[in-house]
Amino acid sequence: MPTVIMPKMGDAMEEGTLLRWLKQPGDDVAVGDPIAEIETDKVTLEIEAGDAGTLSQTLVAEGAVVPIGTAIATIGEEDGAAGSGSAATVEIAAAVGETPYEEGAPAGPVGSIEETGREAAAVTAATLPSANGTAAPQPQPQPIATAPAAAAGSGERLRASPLVKRLAAEHGIDLGRIPGSGPAGRIVKDDIAPYLDGKPLPAAAAQPAAAAAPVGTAAPEAGTAPAPTLAAAPSAPPAAAPAGRPAARTSELSRIKRTTGRRMIESVTTAPHFFVTVEVDMDAAIAFREQANAQVGNGAGEDGVRVSFNDLVVKAAALALRAFPNLNASLEGDLLHEHPNIDVNIAVALPEGLIAPFVPDADQKSLGAIARMAKDLVGRARGGGLKPEEYQGGTFTVSNLGMYEVDEFISIINPPQAAILAVGSIKQVPVVKAGEIVVGNRMKLTLSADHRVTDGAESARFAGEVKRYLEQPMVLALG
Amino acid sequence: MPVMTYREALRSAMAEEMTRDESVVILGEDIGIYGGTHLVTDKLIDQFGPRRVIDTPIAEGGFTGAAIGMAMAGMRPIVEMMTWNFSFQAVDQIVQNAAKVRYFSGGQVTVPLVIRGPNGGGVQLSAQHTHSLENFYGHFPGLKVVSPVTPHDVKGMMIEAIRDPNPIIFLEAGALYGTKGEVPEGEFTVPFGKARVAREGTDVTLIAYGRQVNMLLKVADTLAADGVAAEVIDLRSIRPFDEQTIVESVRKTHRAVVVQEQWRWFSVGSEVAALIQEQAFDDLDAPVERVSGAEVPAPYARNLEVAAFPSEQQIVDAARRAMYRG
Repeated sequence: MPTVIMPKMGDAMEEGTLLRWLKQPGDDVAVGDPIAEIETDKVTLEIEAGDAGTLSQTLVAEGAVVPIGTAIATIGEEDGAAGSGSAATVEIAAAVGETPYEEGAPAGPVGSIEETGREAAAVTAATLPSANGTAAPQPQPQPIATAPAAAAGSGERLRASPLVKRLAAEHGIDLGRIPGSGPAGRIVKDDIAPYLDGKPLPAAAAQPAAAAAPVGTAAPEAGTAPAPTLAAAPSAPPAAAPAGRPAARTSELSRIKRTTGRRMIESVTTAPHFFVTVEVDMDAAIAFREQANAQVGNGAGEDGVRVSFNDLVVKAAALALRAFPNLNASLEGDLLHEHPNIDVNIAVALPEGLIAPFVPDADQKSLGAIARMAKDLVGRARGGGLKPEEYQGGTFTVSNLGMYEVDEFISIINPPQAAILAVGSIKQVPVVKAGEIVVGNRMKLTLSADHRVTDGAESARFAGEVKRYLEQPMVLALG
Repeated sequence: MPVMTYREALRSAMAEEMTRDESVVILGEDIGIYGGTHLVTDKLIDQFGPRRVIDTPIAEGGFTGAAIGMAMAGMRPIVEMMTWNFSFQAVDQIVQNAAKVRYFSGGQVTVPLVIRGPNGGGVQLSAQHTHSLENFYGHFPGLKVVSPVTPHDVKGMMIEAIRDPNPIIFLEAGALYGTKGEVPEGEFTVPFGKARVAREGTDVTLIAYGRQVNMLLKVADTLAADGVAAEVIDLRSIRPFDEQTIVESVRKTHRAVVVQEQWRWFSVGSEVAALIQEQAFDDLDAPVERVSGAEVPAPYARNLEVAAFPSEQQIVDAARRAMYRG
């Protein structure tokens, strides 16, 4: 009896949450039917049936988090029809003396060594099962064939070139929704290219008949065949444009943006935000940083990593949080968890959205250690090499737009945290010192805090403490 | 820049090195009085005399062994194989002695030896006189194997080979002795282990060595007419091997076609394909295509010989398959 498992949707994915069942026990399912909605750390998606039949059993409750590979449902056969699609594939392959059709592996009559320069043509001359499990003859590959991609979560492997898999991972593209034009439905670079530029993906689930259509022929059912060319029509309707104006370029939000968006809505609609702004005299911090970085390569910072102003803010906030455990906390329902560890997230803007890796135990780390770690985390966030455990978590967030010449701004709290600190630019301003107007360097910090957790008085004292540390930066080196 | 033939470039490299270094001598069959079966050594005996341009008996094992001994004793001999097919007579000397003496002696004794001659087919010499031995010799640690295709490279690589302290298998494109190209005046060398990008492109990488490189340049023209910009890489050096140039190219184009006159099984092309999948796997958009010689002893009849070697059309077809434009 075919089993549906929690699929692995990314290299770093180890478990997934079953959000809700879309089919109930007893429901008939066809190949490609969405049967459940699951959530990974960065995306919500539907699992599609890889086999037709009746959903016999759901093995996992909604809301449960299970490791990848866990059986989550079973599908019974329908009316004594031929076995599961994947089993049929194996049978057919065995019948013609081949190994099961694996991605990228030659499935044609290999072993003949006389032909040269034509081996690859033979490779595509394989047979694949058609919808009813019988072998369908495979035409020669001259016309570019189009077959829908394998359904995600089904037993069949998704066929895509290594390049396409890498690009899909980098751009957060769901390959299960892109029709492949290569041999046996392999998704190749030309197939994915339009979506790299932000075109919307085609509709999610390919219809069952099309999903099993033999490669090399047009999918038989009208309306189910994906367009074979690069100009494949996106399913999302273009945004209406006023008469005489060009149509908008329509694209789906990236996974990261969708996840971030959901969390921001949750934050704004559930956490009553309020804001406290302080102005910090940065003269001493500037001098301190220059002095510190002058020692790079001179017994300190041998790796060339220099301390940034953001590193100073991270350290100052971390030290200040020691005295304000209420702000180093997470609120879940009516439970407030004060964390013994002070892990400071750093918000990083990527083209596909925001991500906030954290520096663990930032209050206990030296400025140099924070600088090195922050540089590494931000670098890998941009390069796509962050591990989930490096951005899932954190107890307080720093968001810095200082490099963009902003005076000040306010951030939305990163739930379930209690507060977030927004850092503006350092500006040269006229200030009064000892009765004289002189040039001073000032930076504005704005704390956004959750009024369910804290109040203005406490937040003002915390912001003042951060300010005090930054204005006496030697404490940052000693603390 | 002066234009000369492949043959003249080769001869000038040897003559210049013999003038520069008295320890350089040439041995081979009919290379002296007769001027060489392919006229590569023509008139060198007049310039350097019979003690340095040595006509040998028809005994490859003997004179190759003698040359190895000369090299071990401090000379820099160049052995001409009338064709590389005859080197089978000398394989024991080449593989068991030339390739291993430096290793056996812990580096105390080197074998600065060049063995050169025409390699490959295409001139109706039939099965026993048509072999491409680059993978065969490239298999043995201790030997360096090169296969230049332009007059420029054949001169620069010959000078490099003569000066190298190791035994060099110098595979000439026998069918191209009469082809012409620009060769700089004065001495220059082309380092081993560095491939040549013969044409830049962005869509598919075509890789070959020896006379197939010229074929690839024509194929690139054909593909350009279809709007496909092919990059052509001339390996030049089989061992040492320039992995970097190939990998960088495939990272750019995402597709590769390897072309060789030799048989496919256990060939240079197989090694190139394996290397690409090891080092550029995540950049590949299609399997690496190999276009090779037919798996038969080389035919004599012209029409069959042509059919047995890679054709431009086969390479174009392979490139189109790699582009999914089959």
